[in-house]
Amino acid sequence: MLADKPLLSQELESGRGTRSRGSLRGLSDRTIAWLFILPTILLLLAINIFPLVWALRLSFTNFKSNMPSVPARFIGIDNYVDILTDEDIWYAMQVTARFVFWSVSLEVLLGFGLALLINRRFRGHSFWTTLILLPMMLSPAVVGNFWTFLLQPQTGLFNEVVSLVTGMSPASFQMIGDVPLAPWTIVMVDTWMWTPYVMLICLAGLRSIPDYIYEAAEVDRATPWRQFWSITLPMTMPFLMLAVLFRGIENFKMFDMVNLLTSGGPGSVTETVSITLKRAAFEKWQTGYSSALAIILFVTVFGAANIYIKALNRIKQR
Amino acid sequence: MLRLKSRLTSTRVAAALALSVGLGMASGAHAQAKQLTLCWAAWDPANALVELSKDFTAKTGINMKFEFVPWTSYADRFINELNSHGKLCDLIIGDSQWIGGAAVNGHYVKLNDFFTKNKISMDDFMPATVVGYAEWPKNTPNYWALPAMADAVGWTYRKDWFARPELRAEFKQKYKRELEPPTTMDQLKQTAEFFQGRKIDGKTVYGVYIFTERGSEGITMGVTNALYAWGFEYEDPKKPYHLDGFVNSPNAVKGLEFYKALYKCCTAPGMTNAYMQEGLDAFKSGQVAMQMNWFAFFPGLYKDPNVGGDKIGFFVTPRELQQFTQLGGQGISVVSYSDHKEDALEYIKWFAQADVQQKWWQIGGYSAAKSVVQAPGFPKSAPFAPAFLKSMEIVKDFWAEPAYAELLLDMQKRVHDYVVADKGSAKEALDLLVKDWNKVFKQEGKN
Repeated sequence: MLADKPLLSQELESGRGTRSRGSLRGLSDRTIAWLFILPTILLLLAINIFPLVWALRLSFTNFKSNMPSVPARFIGIDNYVDILTDEDIWYAMQVTARFVFWSVSLEVLLGFGLALLINRRFRGHSFWTTLILLPMMLSPAVVGNFWTFLLQPQTGLFNEVVSLVTGMSPASFQMIGDVPLAPWTIVMVDTWMWTPYVMLICLAGLRSIPDYIYEAAEVDRATPWRQFWSITLPMTMPFLMLAVLFRGIENFKMFDMVNLLTSGGPGSVTETVSITLKRAAFEKWQTGYSSALAIILFVTVFGAANIYIKALNRIKQR
Repeated sequence: MLRLKSRLTSTRVAAALALSVGLGMASGAHAQAKQLTLCWAAWDPANALVELSKDFTAKTGINMKFEFVPWTSYADRFINELNSHGKLCDLIIGDSQWIGGAAVNGHYVKLNDFFTKNKISMDDFMPATVVGYAEWPKNTPNYWALPAMADAVGWTYRKDWFARPELRAEFKQKYKRELEPPTTMDQLKQTAEFFQGRKIDGKTVYGVYIFTERGSEGITMGVTNALYAWGFEYEDPKKPYHLDGFVNSPNAVKGLEFYKALYKCCTAPGMTNAYMQEGLDAFKSGQVAMQMNWFAFFPGLYKDPNVGGDKIGFFVTPRELQQFTQLGGQGISVVSYSDHKEDALEYIKWFAQADVQQKWWQIGGYSAAKSVVQAPGFPKSAPFAPAFLKSMEIVKDFWAEPAYAELLLDMQKRVHDYVVADKGSAKEALDLLVKDWNKVFKQEGKN
């Protein structure tokens, strides 16, 4: 056995053993590697690349999927021009941008705050952590439905609570049906649901800071405030930025929760661009037009995410 | 011992095999039984149709399976099914507005030859239902459906509240007329204002419930009743697809302004995205004095233990400059992609019979057959029958073009923006609607 071992090692090192096993089946290492990754590549092509290319092709046509008997006609960039000159699309983009900005800002602020609290060891620490994490474990469809009930002006618990605190009549105001309040309502519900997610990412960042850095700071008599600005915040910044990236992309695509809460209403004040896209694609059946819109949104998210990731990498390298 | 165990195991395996083969044969026999799938919306009349169809199964041996989808996703679900040439539905009770697209795209089987062969005459059905549910192009003898469920927008009111002497006296003093179901739009608003915020039996009640739903078709199906009353036209009667000056005429603007005023003054809080079910809930919970809804729900409301019977009354959509009401209802069609077209046609043949139509009305459906609705006893057959008959004489429908979905969603947006979200003026909303609709018709090559 002892004598065999160096021989085997030599064989493996030289690659002879592997080659001889491979050559038994007539397959090279490269072929075997390809065989392993081929299913993944095929799956990726089928469910990601092919639909993207197909949508790109459709975006230059006037195809409508509810009129399959009418042949699709090539119309050049007409769909793109239509979209980029449509006031309603720009309005939906603004609604989406405002929603992304406010919801992500609040989630990061509150999530980071909660992470700082949870990072300290205290009695009932695990219980509170579990309780805080509950909202993000729910399905957006469930969240949309139960907040719709909570926010009912006449029977909803939310209005009753506000009424108890302020003395207003519960039926005297409404959240999801009111033009100024409806956009804030969707921000509020999204923040309620996804702050725990941001908190988890921030918590990972806080736990990754070695204790000796704080010990050194204490030796240098740095105040807690100074420690926060000079150690905690810079060292958790990559995590915070990652949270902003994840939530930003998710909220840019926001559909389910807003659709259930407000259907984009009242009027169009909460109509995010995903709702516009869904209406164009599956209610108006403007397949060519909606493909162009989908491509524009994809390029926007992809471009913004790339710029952001470059910034993130720069911060990490510091 | 081992041999005994192995023999026992063999016996068990044999028994299990025999059982599974037997079950397989039974399920095979079951699968061979004829079956049809009928697709429709999930609502009260659909339950009545399940009951009615038991007679069809008893007579023909063909089992009926039903695919009912809530109204809010009914169009999305089934139009998608038809577009993808799916075989889920053998028979479909499709909305009246789908007829153009379904005919042009070949989703429905054309029924002219079948009607001729089986002596089914469209003259035996109410004219409005034939034009609305069966014909494409409209007013031509090309039939794609059999009128199945006649329906229109109607109104319910709290008869018991209207009968209270103290309320009647107060109303008369204020408006110099009796507290009766309104016959004009102005009266409707006055009556709604009278009840708005009033305490009845210690509970705050509201004037009226009207459709405001944004996502599917709700607010359009509601607002058109006011628009028609002031003279709104979909197009120039002399020049098809010419919209300017008709859709956005000064009178149409007044109609739209009226609907918004009614919504603002006299509806319950939170009714910003409400359709059929919310109306039923509001009325059944004793929250509103009057309710706009489809006649299809009225048999169920009449039977309601809390607000039905003597407590409920029914009236026709009030008039203003003219009187029209929004057509609802559907025809039943055979899906072209079905593998059971012959059986499906057999169902339509059975459904068209006068005695089946009579039973359909009796158990909660709304027959469109003249043999039922023109029978001498019909007006007294149900408390809502007179209002239904009158309404079916004054119905008007939304576009039934192949591009109806785009036209409908454009109107949903423009009207909801103005009525609920206070965006712009009524004139601006209708001007934008003309612009949207012109764009759709231009793409269709129609103007």
